[in-house]
Amino acid sequence: MQIVLEKRSQASSWMNVMSPVLAVSLTVIMGGLIFAAIGKPPLTALYLYFIDPLTSWWSIEEVLVKAGPLVLIGVGLAVCFKANVWNIGAEGQLTVGALMGAMVPILFGDWQGPWALVAMLLLGAVGGAMFAFIPAWLKTRFGVNEILTSLMLVYIAQLLLDWMVRGPWKDPHGFNFPKSVAFEGWHLLPMWGDGRMHLGLVIALVIALVLYWVMRNNLKGFEIRVVGSAPRAGAFAGFSQTKMVWFCFALSGALAGLAGLIEVAGPIGQLQPHISPNYGFTAIIVAFLGRLNPLGVVFAGLLLAVSYIGGEGVQIELGISDKTTQVFQGMLLFFILMCDTLILYRIRYLSAKPVTGSGDAS
Amino acid sequence: MSAYEAIILTIITASTPLLLAAIGELVVERSGVLNLGIEGMMVMGAVCGFAAAHVSGSAWLGVIAAVMGGVAMSLLFALLTQTLITNQVATGLAITLLGLGLSGLIGSDFVGLPGVKLSNVSIPWLTELPYVGRLVFGQDPLVYVSIVLTAGVAYGLKYTRWGLIIRAVGQSHSSAHALGYRVIAVRYACIAFGGATSGLAGAYLSLVYTPQWIENMTAGRGWIALALGVFSTWLPGRLAAGAYLFGGVWILGLYAQAMGLGIPSQLLSSLPYVATILALVVISTNRRLSVINTPASLGQGFVPDR
Repeated sequence: MQIVLEKRSQASSWMNVMSPVLAVSLTVIMGGLIFAAIGKPPLTALYLYFIDPLTSWWSIEEVLVKAGPLVLIGVGLAVCFKANVWNIGAEGQLTVGALMGAMVPILFGDWQGPWALVAMLLLGAVGGAMFAFIPAWLKTRFGVNEILTSLMLVYIAQLLLDWMVRGPWKDPHGFNFPKSVAFEGWHLLPMWGDGRMHLGLVIALVIALVLYWVMRNNLKGFEIRVVGSAPRAGAFAGFSQTKMVWFCFALSGALAGLAGLIEVAGPIGQLQPHISPNYGFTAIIVAFLGRLNPLGVVFAGLLLAVSYIGGEGVQIELGISDKTTQVFQGMLLFFILMCDTLILYRIRYLSAKPVTGSGDAS
Repeated sequence: MSAYEAIILTIITASTPLLLAAIGELVVERSGVLNLGIEGMMVMGAVCGFAAAHVSGSAWLGVIAAVMGGVAMSLLFALLTQTLITNQVATGLAITLLGLGLSGLIGSDFVGLPGVKLSNVSIPWLTELPYVGRLVFGQDPLVYVSIVLTAGVAYGLKYTRWGLIIRAVGQSHSSAHALGYRVIAVRYACIAFGGATSGLAGAYLSLVYTPQWIENMTAGRGWIALALGVFSTWLPGRLAAGAYLFGGVWILGLYAQAMGLGIPSQLLSSLPYVATILALVVISTNRRLSVINTPASLGQGFVPDR
């Protein structure tokens, strides 16, 4: 018997929905096996990982706080990937966005009031977008592969942040710790709940909904889909590939920058050398798991946020390295790509062929 | 040992992991596959190599484990991209993310432990030669491996039947398939080769360069190796030159930091990444150079007609 993949005549919309479910199930099973392999009770570990974060209001808040930046960056990347533009430097754009937005509290500390916060949010978005323009420019002007440049810029941005908080922007009264001054008053996002939930979550949700509408009902959304899936057809329709690259980098860069600002003006409250647990890279997984659909990204963002909190949970309760989070996230992307094959192909079992004498190369 | 010898030696140690990873990826890309997972395969090589060497006490067992680690990751990549025809860019990213996570998990028990260093070659009399002895006959074995591999790939791709098949598969998989070559099998083999050399590159980091395990110790070298492929326009000779150039940039940054010229260390640390971007711009500006050797089927999945 032989197993072959056979192309479906039409992409299966059923599998498009089922593939993430299947991928998550496979990840859970593999995760259980890994826990068992390192000698931890698999069921307890899985419970702590995926269910426990949802059992108390406190941890649900934490999940939402983590989901905010993931959704924000994820929707931007979803649009990018849909258009076949590969911005994988969101982590760098996030960093520069945070730096730009932090100019307000650090350089103009006396400026308080709602407009200061608005300026921070705008500067965050502008910073991220400007930084994303570098790979966009190199791509459109010189034809340089955007994957490599956007990724190299992540390292550069992180070194820039490191220098800023250890050098010019170090808090002069901070006992020489590599941190900026703590943001105060209107330089922090309004918070509620137990003091962790903040405005950033609302922003993320609103932007996701807007992008969902744009992708579905607006000409721009159609253009993105056409340029991504059939560039030649897009060219005939008058859609410019170059403009699309700029648009995608501007959008995803701005959202990543906004996410960075929201992190430093929200949960962190100041600049420090590390401001993101790899949100920019995890958001890539979020985008794929969410089917490159802004609404799907919201759910995917929540799921991956659970994985962050669950990872912390198993670390505290069972003493498992917090690296399991990254392993789970990597596996998830793996399985989702694997299961996505079933959208375009179906598995066929061929019975052993009788020998016909025709030279079949396969 | 004179200062110039010391500088050349450090440049070689900084360049060798780049060269090892890049030469494998060159073969992979020549066969028409874009594997963005080098960083992940490399870091898995580093952790497997370190762990095996630490547990067994033998650096060579470490090298073997590193190669196996790299190959295992690359076969996962091959399974997805070749058998299941997934998007190569996304799958490569998955390999990198998974590799970084998995290596951290495996390595969490090894942080801060003493490593085993792969000892340098020592040939009586030859190694003691003044000026050149240490440079030519006294390197660690993997340096020679990297040079032999590069020469082998250069020769193999150009002059052997195997090289011709690989290039044919990379230029036009449909034509190669029509001629009766097993496109997917060839690509599997090339991907595995790329995994093996990436694993070696990782072993170099954790067994020679800094014989210990540090999380994310590849520090973007996998991506630089990837850029080297583009920079070299897929020619092994240029690739080697590029690798040594980048190793030089890396070391320049370290030396400048050590001298304390008042330049922020972060600026110097960012040199290799800035240099990579500049190199890509320079090579991409030259259309003729950048297009002439680009494998025509690069990054496209192949589904044979049945």
